Amino acid sequence: MAQAPALPTGFELPLEPRLPRIGSVDQVAVEARATDLSRRSIKREAKLFALDLAVRMMDLTTLEGADTPGKVAALASKAVRPDPADASVPSVAAVCVYPNLVQTAKERVADSGVKVASVATAFPSGQSPTDLKVAEARRVVELGADEVDMVIDRGAFLAGRYAKVYDEIVQIKEAVGDTHLKVILEVGELGTYDNVRRASLLAIAAGADFIKTSTGKLSSSATLPVTLVMLEAIRDVYEETGRRVGMKPAGGIRNAKQAVQTLVIVHETLGLDWLTPDLFRFGASSLLNDVLMQIRKEKTGRYQSPDYFTLD
Amino acid sequence: MAELEQRGERTPAPTAWEYASAPESREIVKLEERYGLFVGGEFIAPRSDEYYTTINPATEEPLAELPQAGPEDVAFAVEAARDAFANGWSAAAPAERAKYLYRIARILQERSREFAVLESLNGGKPIRESRDVDLPLAAAHFFYYAGWADKLEYAFPHRRPQPLGVAGQIIPWNFPLLMLAWKIAPALAAGNTVVLKPAETTPLTALLFCDVLRQAELPPGVVNIVTGDGATGAALVKSDVDKIAFTGSTEVGKAIQRELAGTGKKLTLELGGKAANIIFDDCALDQAVEGIVNGIYFNQGHVCCAGSRLLVQESIYEPLIEKLKRRLKTLRVGDPLDKNTDLGAINSRQQLEKIEELVAAGKEEGAEIYQPPCRLPEKGYWFVPTVFTNVAQSYRIAQEEIFGPVLSVLTFRTPDEAVEKANNTPYGLSAGVWTEKGSRILWMAQRLEAGVIWANTYNRFDPASPFGGYKESGFGREGGRHGLEPYLEFAEVSGG
Repeated sequence: MAQAPALPTGFELPLEPRLPRIGSVDQVAVEARATDLSRRSIKREAKLFALDLAVRMMDLTTLEGADTPGKVAALASKAVRPDPADASVPSVAAVCVYPNLVQTAKERVADSGVKVASVATAFPSGQSPTDLKVAEARRVVELGADEVDMVIDRGAFLAGRYAKVYDEIVQIKEAVGDTHLKVILEVGELGTYDNVRRASLLAIAAGADFIKTSTGKLSSSATLPVTLVMLEAIRDVYEETGRRVGMKPAGGIRNAKQAVQTLVIVHETLGLDWLTPDLFRFGASSLLNDVLMQIRKEKTGRYQSPDYFTLD
Repeated sequence: MAELEQRGERTPAPTAWEYASAPESREIVKLEERYGLFVGGEFIAPRSDEYYTTINPATEEPLAELPQAGPEDVAFAVEAARDAFANGWSAAAPAERAKYLYRIARILQERSREFAVLESLNGGKPIRESRDVDLPLAAAHFFYYAGWADKLEYAFPHRRPQPLGVAGQIIPWNFPLLMLAWKIAPALAAGNTVVLKPAETTPLTALLFCDVLRQAELPPGVVNIVTGDGATGAALVKSDVDKIAFTGSTEVGKAIQRELAGTGKKLTLELGGKAANIIFDDCALDQAVEGIVNGIYFNQGHVCCAGSRLLVQESIYEPLIEKLKRRLKTLRVGDPLDKNTDLGAINSRQQLEKIEELVAAGKEEGAEIYQPPCRLPEKGYWFVPTVFTNVAQSYRIAQEEIFGPVLSVLTFRTPDEAVEKANNTPYGLSAGVWTEKGSRILWMAQRLEAGVIWANTYNRFDPASPFGGYKESGFGREGGRHGLEPYLEFAEVSGG
């Protein structure tokens, strides 16, 4: 497991020395590049390949105050067998739920290979004392989560207190041990691509296994340029250190076309190596059914009524 | 334990993801077997009775036969333009001229897919570019100059602008329709009539444009199109026109200037370039890489303002070159009509030979060559995107315009050295500066001898922005209010 660099905690200025070149991002140019890539025309077998991959990379998510064991059980069943009418459609990567529902989800996915991820660290705001967040993360692992999705402290980040953000991630990484840690940047609150890049590198340096765009609680989230900026940060770390960090766009990806565009960006930025659920995930709730509809359409040549796809 | 489990379940990454071919359909384009000259609003057979064949450079397949216009044909076209000028066009209400220009712009937008496909078919450029760049910009030029047609007095206060008469216009093969728009739109807005000669290898969109002129009901003779090779161009230069506007090589530009010396005919030239694209170490690196790629591989490098000399600050040289090489591996070279193609075909055999010659010279002079692995089609004219590193200022590939997908990389240490190297060329068309430091952009722009300077972008065009060169890159400006001036003469008004 990748280890956070051994550096003193509580040291306030050290972004540059402890990270590879931070650099900056040009907004106009990165948006133009993302638009260019989104215009790739992905058809027939190439599209089917991407759709199948999108299913296998999906973290099927429900994070509502109204979530109940019944709701989560239904979702977990869907995760294991997304399309009951087509056995060739694979299971998704994981279900993502609040801590109280981890056990329900675990029981339902059983030994299907589908993972259970849970959010922790005062999700979605992250505005709690560090010791509480650490305790919550540890507890979530005890409850049986295979993966933990934490949020960074945006309040600290925007106040320029990068070391606080960094140290907190390091502590949470220690608390969850070998459990897969995804670090949510909540890009919609960071304001600039420069900050997205900065936060990405910071989270990676602190030990993140994955960096994730958003909580899904804001309207602005996993846009294509944001995804591109984060993938470029991952690429720079890989080039410099050989370490492979995963990426999870979440929030705002609602249809199959966006998923395919996102995969094109991954493919042309990081290459084939990242086209696996080990290194790339989609966090989504409504995306799956659209992908299933598109898969059926590619296989049969016809669109079918949404009535043929289960609502869970 | 958890780690072992995870390892055990590792999902292997795929070994390939081939994008299925996604060709734009050719069906929308209807080609004639043989075209005529467009003179006085009609297609007519050439008096020279000579024809030549234009091909698709991606397949070498013949597309159509075109007249090789002789001096008599050119004179006839100039006469038609002269008639149209005298009998109506020069006296038409300026708002009338605007009306036709607006119509042309809108018809171009409506028929843009047809034009884009034909442009890629005849010229070899990727459909992605003809669709997203050439066509929108061509239409935008007509819209822009339509707006000026009835406001010339406001463009040049106290100067009473008058049209010149007949403009002879000779355009290159790299942006056939766009260069036509750059030439025709300001000429008509200013009240002139024109005889235009498209490039020998790429005449088809100009001839399809004649159909647009008819649809717009432009009065006959206001725009005339004559096709042919360099001899036709020479005949046009010698003919009874009032002005020549030429875009093309510096060599031909010089010959035209010699020919016109002392004749009183006006002249504007937009010629070659060897632009420096200057990368400072504080730039946004990944976006700079995109800018470098767009600077030199856009339109296969067949761009007079291409960023063909990359000047990189030494402190950032290695990571930048690594990133650039990695990026080149993702460029998709092939069928120009495929929507996923990034680099299309080289425009002609002649141009391919010129690129090959200069690349061979670069290798011989000792530069290090990098070309990504790349499968080229068997037929047609192709060249792999190429980067030369370890290039010295004295090498031919650092001095001569290659006009192909070939980048020469040099390094510098300080801003002063960057300016010195950038200006050390007979050309001066364009330059690029990449830095996050705003003050440095301005400092550089004041010192670079180039008509267009891009900051943190490259190869961006807008009809409102003047374009043209310093030194051997030519004189006169196209685009913007400046672009009207070469098509006007002025009676100074005193007391205003």
